[in-house]
Amino acid sequence: MTRLTRCSAAELAARIHAQDITAVEVTRTHLDRIAAVDPALHAFLHLDGPAALAAAAAVDDGLRRGDPPASPLAGVPLALKDVFTTVDMPTTCGSRMLQGWWPPYDATVTRKLRAAGVVIVGKTNMDEFAMGSSTENSAYGPTRNPWDLDRVPGGSGGGSAAAVAAFEVPLAIGTDTGGSIRQPSAVTGTVGVKPTYGGVSRYGLVAFSSSLDQGGPVARTVLDAALLHEVIGGYDPLDSTSIDAPVPPVVQAARAGATGDLTGIRVGVVSQFRGDGYQPGVRRAFEVAVSRLRELGADIVEVSCPSFDHALPAYYLIAPSECSSNLARFDGMRYGLRVGDDGGRSAEEVMSLTREAGFGPEVKRRIMLGTYALSAGYYDAYYGQAQKVRTLIIRDFAAAFDQVDVLVSPTTPTTAFRIGERVDDPMAMYLSDLCTIPANLAGNAALSVPAGLSDDDGLPVGLQVMAPALADDRAYRVAAAYEAARDDADGGPLVQRVPDLEVAAR
Amino acid sequence: MTAALMDYDEVLERFEPVLGLEVHVELSTATKMFCGCANVFGTPPNTQVCPTCLGLPGALPVLNGVAVESAMRIGLALNCSIAPWCRFARKNYFYPDMPKNFQTSQYDEPIAVNGSLAVELSGGSLFTVEIERAHMEEDTGKSLHVGGSDGRIHGASHSLLDYNRAGVPLIEVVTKPIEGAEARAPEIARAYVTALRDLLRALNVSDVRMDQGSMRCDANVSLMPRGSSTFGTRTETKNVNSLRSVERAVRYEMCRQGAVLASGGRIVQETRHFDEATASTSAGRRKETSEDYRYFPEPDLVPIAPSDDWVARLRTTLPELPWQRRARAKTEWGLSDLELRDLVNAGALDLIAATVDAGAPAAEARSWWVSYLSQQANSRGVELADLPITPAQLARVIALVAEGALTNNLARQVVDGVLAKEGEPDEIVAAHGLAVVSDDAALTAAVEQALAAAPDVAEKIRGGKVAAAGAIVGAVMKATGGQANAQRVRELVLALVSA
Repeated sequence: MTRLTRCSAAELAARIHAQDITAVEVTRTHLDRIAAVDPALHAFLHLDGPAALAAAAAVDDGLRRGDPPASPLAGVPLALKDVFTTVDMPTTCGSRMLQGWWPPYDATVTRKLRAAGVVIVGKTNMDEFAMGSSTENSAYGPTRNPWDLDRVPGGSGGGSAAAVAAFEVPLAIGTDTGGSIRQPSAVTGTVGVKPTYGGVSRYGLVAFSSSLDQGGPVARTVLDAALLHEVIGGYDPLDSTSIDAPVPPVVQAARAGATGDLTGIRVGVVSQFRGDGYQPGVRRAFEVAVSRLRELGADIVEVSCPSFDHALPAYYLIAPSECSSNLARFDGMRYGLRVGDDGGRSAEEVMSLTREAGFGPEVKRRIMLGTYALSAGYYDAYYGQAQKVRTLIIRDFAAAFDQVDVLVSPTTPTTAFRIGERVDDPMAMYLSDLCTIPANLAGNAALSVPAGLSDDDGLPVGLQVMAPALADDRAYRVAAAYEAARDDADGGPLVQRVPDLEVAAR
Repeated sequence: MTAALMDYDEVLERFEPVLGLEVHVELSTATKMFCGCANVFGTPPNTQVCPTCLGLPGALPVLNGVAVESAMRIGLALNCSIAPWCRFARKNYFYPDMPKNFQTSQYDEPIAVNGSLAVELSGGSLFTVEIERAHMEEDTGKSLHVGGSDGRIHGASHSLLDYNRAGVPLIEVVTKPIEGAEARAPEIARAYVTALRDLLRALNVSDVRMDQGSMRCDANVSLMPRGSSTFGTRTETKNVNSLRSVERAVRYEMCRQGAVLASGGRIVQETRHFDEATASTSAGRRKETSEDYRYFPEPDLVPIAPSDDWVARLRTTLPELPWQRRARAKTEWGLSDLELRDLVNAGALDLIAATVDAGAPAAEARSWWVSYLSQQANSRGVELADLPITPAQLARVIALVAEGALTNNLARQVVDGVLAKEGEPDEIVAAHGLAVVSDDAALTAAVEQALAAAPDVAEKIRGGKVAAAGAIVGAVMKATGGQANAQRVRELVLALVSA
């Protein structure tokens, strides 16, 4: 492993923009790293080295001409979750259904990254259509956790988190519907942010659950995440649910937070997320993190959000309901997989055979759950009731943010589990997102920042910081202060302690 | 397969018909409901499409503001309340011509509710049809079933899909159950669709072409036994593509259902297909249990909350509506009910009103449309409104006559020129030299010539029979091809004779 891949995105960008190194050199180094470790990891579904090098060369050319960099991240390599459309790469969503589908258009996030000069090296693995918490539901095989190759990297965005944790790329994009950015970040020792709903355009993000899905950054430092957040965030007229307001000043907040002072900041500890059912090592790491926040000057208060207890069941009605409708379009008529079209079968039969063959078991389970929940006679009891819970959760957050500036909790109840451990137990799998789901239902901002290793298994633990809608910067400030203090106390960033995979890969 | 039919009078003796009409109207907005694709008819298949209207993974809808305003204007014109807050829902069902396998539509939160439309029947009486709702939705693509006998899916070997229409904005106007129509049920159905068409045309929100599918009517018909107050099972007849078909479809269903019920059978709740050629309906998709569309609020769009100011502003944009125009015709133009009805039946009322609005006196405007132009329409076999002359062009011709620049005879020649698409009235006048000749030198020469050719007439005039001057005027008019100013010719005749 060369030193370049160990650099943060901010450091790489500074050196590229100073023409101390070239973007091509940076990209080539990362492509070499991917070639060395990805066979063991399987973070990527698609790589396009030549296109990445060409994009990097274009950045270098501009800098040599004396053009200012297109953005603070111009020339930095990035991995894109395979749920965003790209005209020059396939977009499969980890599904057999879209194997080999090349979209005719770029997602807004893709377009913004290109415009910012960010070098997209490839598309990352994910649970099929973002449904899962382990990346084991990918039709193309699981991604492994760089901390322990026998364990999952979380999900659905396990590919993006693993790629960042394994130094394949300094930056990645994920999507978070119930925790799919934060949970993988927590279990891989990376920083993952779910921006305020509507803060990042969903145009070109293949929908799982439209009212919950939100794209966001994955990085190794809070500042890198903030830099990426500002590149992809902002109003998009192509997404009616996008917020027509300036992107919160997250970079400024990350820099301010890094000075380490949280005096006067009120931090609420969610009492619902610290009881039984949490791995003891996770609980202890969380308590240490809370103490550290107190040492930084924050006022710590216990806050009760009673409706959070109902968040998980409400989520598993709303998300499947929306997905049953969103995924109806995959019918083999216009694009993607088509099965059974032998000239003798009706369109209806072909649709049915295609969906039978194209979707994996978890996707089918959720489509069936959602179809049932929306059915006449059941709608009020299920979907309708879940929406009421959602309203209660929004109220709990509002009441909590009257008392405190941010809320904190463990990001996940456990550290990374073993591959195969929960595949036959959907309920156990669903519990991985227990702490992350409320922010999706309410639409506010939340992130996960590394909180050390669990003392019982030596695996990364995440600290979740939740902030009100459009106050993403608050979460960044607290996370940056905590990150600086933890790194100081620990002698460097947690992720630098990830095992050397090149050895493992050989 | 021909169904047994009950005699119409017997149907009414034994049953009361109940109607429900659902009219889909394609809005003539420049772009589609949720994307920027052009909303045009008749372009090559799959050329007006984008990721959004093709329902490609990741694509999202953005609501067309003009379509929302059109929906609100239609609601206001139908005396509906405009919802202070409403939203879209997803109607989920699988069909290949529906790109997302759900239709973005309004369900339990429509933009306009509780209105009415007064329709005029032959004989001049009014019947008020209550409107339940007007809501917005998107159209589907079109399936073309190939290899079967009649273009229907049954017997087809394969199907072709055209998504140009997918996402075209639609307004669906739904009536409340229409009771009390009795023997006039078929006529009322037709009159309602006609009145709605005229209203939408006046609002300028749709082409309202039933033949092109930009206005489509589904007719729900049921029969309720006399003495009962419970509605019978209804059928929904689709493919009703003309005003005449609306009337015929309702009448046919009444007679068919009457026969089924009289023979002890029961009506199956189903969609039926109207066949223009045989004027009959045939069973289509069964609807024994109402299909479960699993409606839920569309999460990709935000709710619409029209402000009072917005609604008030739109109210001021409503044009004169057909019934307001009829009232004006009676009071301002002094028409009798009978005259008015003839004008309405001839499709001339709106044209006359537009001609009046363009500056012509009502009497002249009416005279042109009901006599000369009606003859022209008849001989061409087209509707009056489809003649290639606009009210503004006719008003200009009428103005030229009033100025004395054209005689009535010349005016007809100019109108013929407009109908032949030779240009604007003034251009035709100039091109053909049709202007009235009022030049005294030219006219004096013509009058002298005419008097010389008829010395006996000249003598009579001199003897005091002034009326005889008409013969000379006529001769001059003939000699000048009708272009002479007749009034001036008459003056010259009298002056020259007495000179």
